[in-house]
Amino acid sequence: MGKTITLTIDGMPVTVDEGTTILEAARMYGINIPTLCYAKNLSPYGACRMCIVEVSRGNGSPQVVASCTYEVQPGISVQTNTPRIARDRRMIAELLVASAPNVKLAQDIAARLGLQEVRFRFEDNRCILCGLCIRMCTEQMGGRALTFAGHGVGRRIAMPFDKHSETCKECGGCDMICPATTVPCQGVKPEGYLCGGCAMPVERVYCCSMGNPGCFCERNPL
Amino acid sequence: MTDATPTLPQVLQELRTAGMDSLRPTRPRIAVGTATCGLASGAADVLAALRDGVASRGLDALVTETGCIGYCQVEPIVDVLVPGYHRVLYSTMTPAKAEALLNSLAQGRIPAEDALCQIPMEGARRAGTNGSIPLLADVPFFASQVKTVTANCGFINPTSIEEYAAVGGFSALWKVLSQMSPEDVIEAVKASGLRGRGGAGFPTGRKWESCRRAESPDGIRYLICNADEGDPGAYMDRGLLEGSPYSVLEGMIIGAYAIGASQGYVYIRHEYPLARRLLENAIARAREVGLLGEDILGTGFSFDIEVSQGGGAFVCGESTALVASIEGRIGEPRDKQHLRTVQSGLFGRPTVLNNVETWANVPLIISNGPQWFASMGTRTSTGTKVFSLVGQVKNTGLIEVPMGMTLRQIIYELGGGPPDGKRLKAVQTGGPSGGCIPESLMDLPVDFDALSKAGSMMGSGGMIVMDEDTCMVDVAKYFMAFLMEESCGKCIPCREGVKRMHQILTDIAEGRASQQSLSLLEELAEVVQDASLCGLGKTAPNPVLSTIRHFRSEYEQHILDRRCPAGVCRALLRYSIDADLCKGCGACVDACPTGAISGELREAHSITQDLCIKCGSCFDVCPAKAVVRA
Repeated sequence: MGKTITLTIDGMPVTVDEGTTILEAARMYGINIPTLCYAKNLSPYGACRMCIVEVSRGNGSPQVVASCTYEVQPGISVQTNTPRIARDRRMIAELLVASAPNVKLAQDIAARLGLQEVRFRFEDNRCILCGLCIRMCTEQMGGRALTFAGHGVGRRIAMPFDKHSETCKECGGCDMICPATTVPCQGVKPEGYLCGGCAMPVERVYCCSMGNPGCFCERNPL
Repeated sequence: MTDATPTLPQVLQELRTAGMDSLRPTRPRIAVGTATCGLASGAADVLAALRDGVASRGLDALVTETGCIGYCQVEPIVDVLVPGYHRVLYSTMTPAKAEALLNSLAQGRIPAEDALCQIPMEGARRAGTNGSIPLLADVPFFASQVKTVTANCGFINPTSIEEYAAVGGFSALWKVLSQMSPEDVIEAVKASGLRGRGGAGFPTGRKWESCRRAESPDGIRYLICNADEGDPGAYMDRGLLEGSPYSVLEGMIIGAYAIGASQGYVYIRHEYPLARRLLENAIARAREVGLLGEDILGTGFSFDIEVSQGGGAFVCGESTALVASIEGRIGEPRDKQHLRTVQSGLFGRPTVLNNVETWANVPLIISNGPQWFASMGTRTSTGTKVFSLVGQVKNTGLIEVPMGMTLRQIIYELGGGPPDGKRLKAVQTGGPSGGCIPESLMDLPVDFDALSKAGSMMGSGGMIVMDEDTCMVDVAKYFMAFLMEESCGKCIPCREGVKRMHQILTDIAEGRASQQSLSLLEELAEVVQDASLCGLGKTAPNPVLSTIRHFRSEYEQHILDRRCPAGVCRALLRYSIDADLCKGCGACVDACPTGAISGELREAHSITQDLCIKCGSCFDVCPAKAVVRA
């Protein structure tokens, strides 16, 4: 038996095992915190910042942290939905939906957070760069066939060196976990790179003979 | 701590003697500043001319290389030390001037031509006659500087461990190893009040103490020197590594002893090939003489340093991204805010990460005592700080001043103010994480806390001076464009938020924005500050927020009047020709790249607005100043 830690979440005293994250602790006690790049059984990544909460210790001013990666500390007080957090989340949702307006998940999150208008120019990205496919491939499928490439605004998901990876088992795990796609993977042609249902434009280019909605081959880059 | 200093071990004595032979030889010593700034101004040619000239004349003189003394504006600088006289610095040298210098030296004369100043040497007399060569203290650029960390830069040869030993190098290390416990070292650093020179200003002694106390699964601890200096316009660390790399090594060895580390890393950016070469040479030489590796100086303490080179990503200066990069993973920050690097850093072990300048300060604190260090600067920011003074200022270069000096003193006394009689507008400190401080706050002291209160930050020491011709919207836009590329792109607020801030700023600069854009920009900036994953994102909005805070009216002029008061934002400019002033010389017609200007010779010309690309060529060439920019 490990040590237990007591903290408060939204004023409620909570006792959980050491090493539990704030998100897990909150969910255990029925407190909902929205997430996007989080999936049970995959390592937390802290990239979408949707699950931010305010953490304060003693008299210190509250610090905004991602609850999915922050492990509980004794005596901290967590606020999951202050006006500041609500504003931050809404702005993140606005950024997300402006960048990927055709991704249903982005629309759902924006609607749930009460977003009324989008003040940024719309783009049409299909991939929201949550990295779930990469973690699925690496951690659960032992594939290591996917990675992030580029940085800043040029960040994208790719197979290493943009070549079809021999470690890709074509298991479809990446497609299964992708929260952005609504088109199921129909398999990958052997020379195709990987199924990219999530990355497909609405008018689909069927480049694989199997009728696969998308692969990252030259004709259909992400 | 006892006062009696034990005698230096043989190895240090030998180094010191050898160093004195090349540092104060019995023949003239001619040292060329061949740091990156010197080389960029042609120091390699000057060095070659001096070597050839000495050989062809059969002169008995030592020609050697050194780092940058800081006055980068007047590079290449040649440092001449004739035995018995003070050191004389010659500025803006060329191969021809080098020849002339050698001719004079061959006649046994120290010429006053091209001499910048002379640096007093113990037991020597003044060079030149009747004050023909001013003293260092009489040169405005150097007068108010206090050179401690950079004292050896521009004097010793950075490749020579002997010369470093000859100026007192490694005596702090010997003092630590022979008569101080690790706790004593930490106490000394704490008492000195040294704060991290990388920008955030965390107390170094406390960092070391937490690392020493942190639990390590196998007792292994690491220390890292952060030499991934990426702020635009900042090159303090490069100057130190190219001028006195052994100071950094000595600081790291002392730090390793204090926290109980046996392995250290220097993470140096890809863009500093010369600094890297000099550093690797320094590490190899230190290993050869037994100052690194197993059983240092026979004390039983072992420590070694490895150089790790970055791949050109700005974000790798962030601690967790830097650690990931050394470990061989993608250089992006890790989101573990409940764990500090001192508890779980490199390879999951307690790690101390300090910046180049912080490490270089450590030997000085040990040698001169923490009280000496704390006596400089202000109560909460002790010691000196190296800044790179660049931008619209007469004298640019690396300066070292005591903390607490005002920005005005630095810019006007050392820097000589903006050139061409222009008015000072603002100074940008802290790089993309910092902000712009307006002219009205120039009496602020450079101090970690004072600069943060003004909405900027100390940062690692970049200081970009801006005159009245700078548009603050353009400055904010520049930094957002920089960060848009240099963000790792992991978290949404930073990746998307910085991109959108850049978009709004572009709208403002191109006259497409409304008042709502400004409030959206402010709201977005606050969210990015709040919600971003790492320090890069959390500080990314500072250039925007600080310019809005101090220059709101300039933003409003862009938005409401569609006017850029500094005349920078091209889309808002309109060029026209004042028919009364125009002499019809046709100079503008020749200069215009798009053929937008027409008119008969000796008649007033006019600009066709549809063709004008607002390049300003006509404005620059008009001898009658008849082109109006509005």
